[in-house]
Amino acid sequence: MNAPTKDSGLAWVGRAIRRVEDPALLAGHGRFTADLPAALRVRFVRSPVAAGRIERIAIPEGANVVTAADLAALKPIMPALHKFGYVPIAQPVLASGCVRFVGEPIAAAVAASEAQAEDIADAVSVDIAASAAVIDAGAALADGAPLVHAQAAGNLVVEGKVETAGFAAAQGAAHRLIAIELRSRRQNATPLEARAGHAAFDPVSGRVTLTCATQMPHLLRTAIADLIGMPEGELRVVAPDVGGGFGQKMSLVPEYVVLVWLARKLKSSVAWTEDRRENLIASFHSRDQSVRLQGAFAADAKLLALSAEVVANVGAYSCYPTTCAVEPLMAMAELPGPYDVRAYACVARGVLTNTCPMAPYRGVSRPVITTALERLMDAAAAEFGMEPVEIRRRNLIEKFPYTSVTGLIFDAGSYQQTLEIAAAAIDVPAFRRRQQQARSQRRYLGIGFAAFSERTGYGTPAFAARGMGVTLGWETVELAMDPSGWVEVRIGASPHGQGLRTTIAQLVADELGLAPDRIKVVHGDTDRTPYGWGTFASRSLVIAGGASVLAARKVRAKLKKIASHLMEAAADDIVLTDGVARVAGTDRALPIETLARAAYHQVHLFKGEIDPAICETATYDPPGTFSNACHACIVEVDPETGRVTIARFVVAEDAGRLVNPMIVDGQIVGGVAQGIGNALLEEIVYDEGGNILTATLADFLPPTSREMPPIELLHLETLDGTTITQAKGLGEGGAIGAPAAVLNAINDALAPFGVTIEEMPATPRRIRAALRQATKKPR
Amino acid sequence: MSERSDITLTINGRAHAIRVEPRRTLVDAIREDCGQTGTHIGCEHGVCGACTVLVDGEPVRSCLTLAVQAAGREIRTVEGLANGDELNPLQRAFMEHHGLQCGFCTPGFLMLVTGVLEREPDISDDDLVDVLSSNLCRCTGYQNIVKAVRAAAAQMRR
Repeated sequence: MNAPTKDSGLAWVGRAIRRVEDPALLAGHGRFTADLPAALRVRFVRSPVAAGRIERIAIPEGANVVTAADLAALKPIMPALHKFGYVPIAQPVLASGCVRFVGEPIAAAVAASEAQAEDIADAVSVDIAASAAVIDAGAALADGAPLVHAQAAGNLVVEGKVETAGFAAAQGAAHRLIAIELRSRRQNATPLEARAGHAAFDPVSGRVTLTCATQMPHLLRTAIADLIGMPEGELRVVAPDVGGGFGQKMSLVPEYVVLVWLARKLKSSVAWTEDRRENLIASFHSRDQSVRLQGAFAADAKLLALSAEVVANVGAYSCYPTTCAVEPLMAMAELPGPYDVRAYACVARGVLTNTCPMAPYRGVSRPVITTALERLMDAAAAEFGMEPVEIRRRNLIEKFPYTSVTGLIFDAGSYQQTLEIAAAAIDVPAFRRRQQQARSQRRYLGIGFAAFSERTGYGTPAFAARGMGVTLGWETVELAMDPSGWVEVRIGASPHGQGLRTTIAQLVADELGLAPDRIKVVHGDTDRTPYGWGTFASRSLVIAGGASVLAARKVRAKLKKIASHLMEAAADDIVLTDGVARVAGTDRALPIETLARAAYHQVHLFKGEIDPAICETATYDPPGTFSNACHACIVEVDPETGRVTIARFVVAEDAGRLVNPMIVDGQIVGGVAQGIGNALLEEIVYDEGGNILTATLADFLPPTSREMPPIELLHLETLDGTTITQAKGLGEGGAIGAPAAVLNAINDALAPFGVTIEEMPATPRRIRAALRQATKKPR
Repeated sequence: MSERSDITLTINGRAHAIRVEPRRTLVDAIREDCGQTGTHIGCEHGVCGACTVLVDGEPVRSCLTLAVQAAGREIRTVEGLANGDELNPLQRAFMEHHGLQCGFCTPGFLMLVTGVLEREPDISDDDLVDVLSSNLCRCTGYQNIVKAVRAAAAQMRR
């Protein structure tokens, strides 16, 4: 069922064909938002303080500056969630009355050039009566802490609780109780293209086109039209080439609302290009979570019961559409991971602070909970005196479908097998010998594993269970063949680097018997594509790809019917292959373009039995599927400097059918790089007053080529028919597993010193601080 | 802000007569005054390298260079690499080895590597990784960029 990569038996699916996206991007012909000319440029005036009341905004004479007073008719951003006591939080598009984080937009300066707009913004003077701010989640939860929003008592915006029946008894029966506390510090997703928006008014139609760096054009259209109170038909949203997103571009951006409002008011084109400092300070942040786990283990190291306490610092506002509850609640639902545990208790809190709002970032909570759970497994393995591989072997799920303790249904996967092949590839016994030898030379090597699941490609059932105001999930695809026999696939997903134009063309090519270069995938334009939810949550290939296949099958059926009329054969005997419709077992054949032309120009031949034209629509709304993987890595820690060097990194991954193995590998390696950044390097640091100390890329450190080890990739393909294409999502797995593998390896390396690191990033400073506490002298 | 200067920027062999403020950065001049938007802006403080162009053959951060500094010098950008529709060996290697995903950082990497390989065609693999570490890519994890550049370097040496 899951032998390593095998022949799909299909002409195009499974082949590492080169991406159709590449030639334009390589030639410098990419079209990114900031490339568009605009009559007017905007610079936002942002709050320099974390909390306070706006007393006065002084605008230079004659300057065009917009404030909240101008936008009084606009509704605030207020996403809904109907569960777990979620407190609705309103965010005015521009700060109104008070400010709640450093970087919050207060005013928009408009001028003919960016430089002029910056000069005006600098000249706007804002008087703010600063008040006490809370920055850290622990401080925000303390008694008497200042409230970020008056209606959220104790700064608690959501509190999820779950406890299975008989939990205490299950825990009480344990042979050993093992606890771990993990903290993952704050990050910024840091797409290389920061946010950018361009809103242009068309005097003929009265419509506005908002071109912007977004992952969700349709939902953005709905949200902005709602806030402004304009008919949605008067707004077109275009996502052109988008320079990475990783979740940061999947939420509603208040600045874009201002741009649309300005374009309508000034009847002009208005653009804003975020600079990197703004992005690091005021675009969405991520992570900043603490997880306390207690595992109750039987004498044979089987996990009997798991309890968890999750605290997520969600910042000052709640992001649309997911709400800020997405992080703590996903942590609660998915914390038991791929382990067979039947007793579970969890409290997951979302805590408001005077910091930049949080939004989903590649992995959403799972990098943190996976690291916590995998640290627990390693801590338990050490207690039981067994190898990390052995304790995982005893606890990973192996019978499918598996219904988790939180009610998630795991479709077939290869949890045990990916563990075994990763362990074999990294050769644990040989490593242990090397580790011993190295220690005798005062060199400290460590090995770390991370076994995990990646929930992907889920539709409305999963989103409905979350209780959000917007139930996301399905995708609709419109597939048209024009009279020349060329195909256009219009999708609501909105890729921005994932190569979906290539992979969807591969899927459709096999259904229609055409080469992929005859199939053009159109995305990222609300005027040209059916309503859809965009690209995030490892969903697009599964859901938009599945819908594309369904639509292609309808077109295939129609082409066969046309061919049966034209060649006087039974439709069932027609085979579409290599661009030709053939009558099976004969030499009779017609090029597909002849069928296409007939569908438009020769309809009289069909005697009313076939409708004119070729355009089919299909929707796919799947329950969801789980990819799985095991990461294994070897590090060396220099105890003198605290420096960590990753020597090897193995990924054994199962994402079902690999539509394009080259793109799959690219997604995994890219995800691992971000996970390594999470584990070792990246941290947004606030001072006590709520100022960001890491406002440049010289302070906030994404990995470079120098920090990246070679990533060794192994694939299994479990094909059990859970999804239409047999493919599972895999965009986030790299980022989910890598932090745990790296942190476990560091702790294994530090074992001789008797200290542990339970905080990410595990910077040299933190490692040195831990080593200074060491009581043991290394052997 | 202050007076504008008339300068000529020579980009990929074509002269652009423009009038700029002294504070105008080279990347803004290339993109906005000369309309060559293939060069991207990633950080505007010289770290990410997305804006890398060649000035007299040397890779420079065009966000940290003033337009007036580049007047009269030979500027090369990503738009000058291909021969019409035909990608050059380095561009083809990026495509062949999947060295790009969103493509935003790609022009900067291409120009960095072009400059380095012209100067040092026999650069060692390890030095190459060091050189590539001067630019940031958030999508690929670099592995395929390194592969692409090694392949292109090998091909160019042939």
